[in-house]
Amino acid sequence: MKTEQLLAALVADRAAGGRSLTRTLSLGLLAGGVLSLGLFFATLGVRHDFAAAIATWRFDLKIVAMVLALVVAFALCRALGRPVPLLHPGRYLLPLLALAAVAVAIELAVVPMDTWRLRLVGTNSLICLTAVPALSLAPLAAVLAMLRSAAPASPALAGAAAGLLAAATGATLYAFHCFDDSPLFVVTWYSLSAAIVVAIGWAAGRRLLRW
Amino acid sequence: MEDSEDIVQEALLVMHLKRDSWDDSQPLEPWLHAIARHKLIDHLRRRGFKDHVDIDEHAETLAAPPAGEEGTSVDAAKMLASLPERQRRIVEAISIEGLSARDVGGRLGMSEGAVRVALHRALKALAAVYRKDRP
Repeated sequence: MKTEQLLAALVADRAAGGRSLTRTLSLGLLAGGVLSLGLFFATLGVRHDFAAAIATWRFDLKIVAMVLALVVAFALCRALGRPVPLLHPGRYLLPLLALAAVAVAIELAVVPMDTWRLRLVGTNSLICLTAVPALSLAPLAAVLAMLRSAAPASPALAGAAAGLLAAATGATLYAFHCFDDSPLFVVTWYSLSAAIVVAIGWAAGRRLLRW
Repeated sequence: MEDSEDIVQEALLVMHLKRDSWDDSQPLEPWLHAIARHKLIDHLRRRGFKDHVDIDEHAETLAAPPAGEEGTSVDAAKMLASLPERQRRIVEAISIEGLSARDVGGRLGMSEGAVRVALHRALKALAAVYRKDRP
């Protein structure tokens, strides 16, 4: 087949394109998120003191951080799904790191030093480490499936970003269950949980997202 | 020469199938360049070249082969043969004979829409064959 002949076939193929990466990723995230939401209500559920918790700044800040993580991870995932290499992917995470630093600084300033340890260890760390990855699995699979139609410059990095986006989804759900609202707990254990999912995404992306 | 034509064809196919990965707020050229580069490196790796060949500096000066010399890629012919019968006939009728989707539909007793769906599947299958079946 000559190249011009191939071109004739490409021109004749007018299969619906124009589905932007934003839309594709949103659909995947929504599908995976709904599955995890079902899993969340079937297993953990919202904390029973939800009404009281929402009036505290620590809980509210936790939710704000989760929403910011979702936004940041989505933008990163979309940028890394494209073939043009992203120069400084780490930059996308700066707003999230800044919020985490500020939250930790406030917490350290307002609570007595002898309670730091207690707040850091919390009561749910092991549940956090299992629940967040578990709630991230469906979103991870869905986002990776959607990224297969993209053309990531680095499949491994795109997979890691998919892991971060999935972890942000799982962590957002888990945040409504967990009683540990201290920024010391959230920054430590949520990050560790996310790291597990990011590692899975990285390994899966390397295999699944090659093109 | 055959090699370069294969790479060009695979890159064109991928540009077509993955066109949604272009961010339409960004210039098109870096995107085209990135895909071509990705496919070239991919190809060299499969052939066992570990060194990085930087063609960027020469991109403007490298001569394109004269139009008359453009060969028929042997690999592409083999790849076409690996498609299911109906898909192969559709691709051949459109690309080699230059028929329209509607004419092909008339010939094969399919609707124009069905021809287009089959064509799209065939192109995706071709891209997969390019990726896997080459040495």
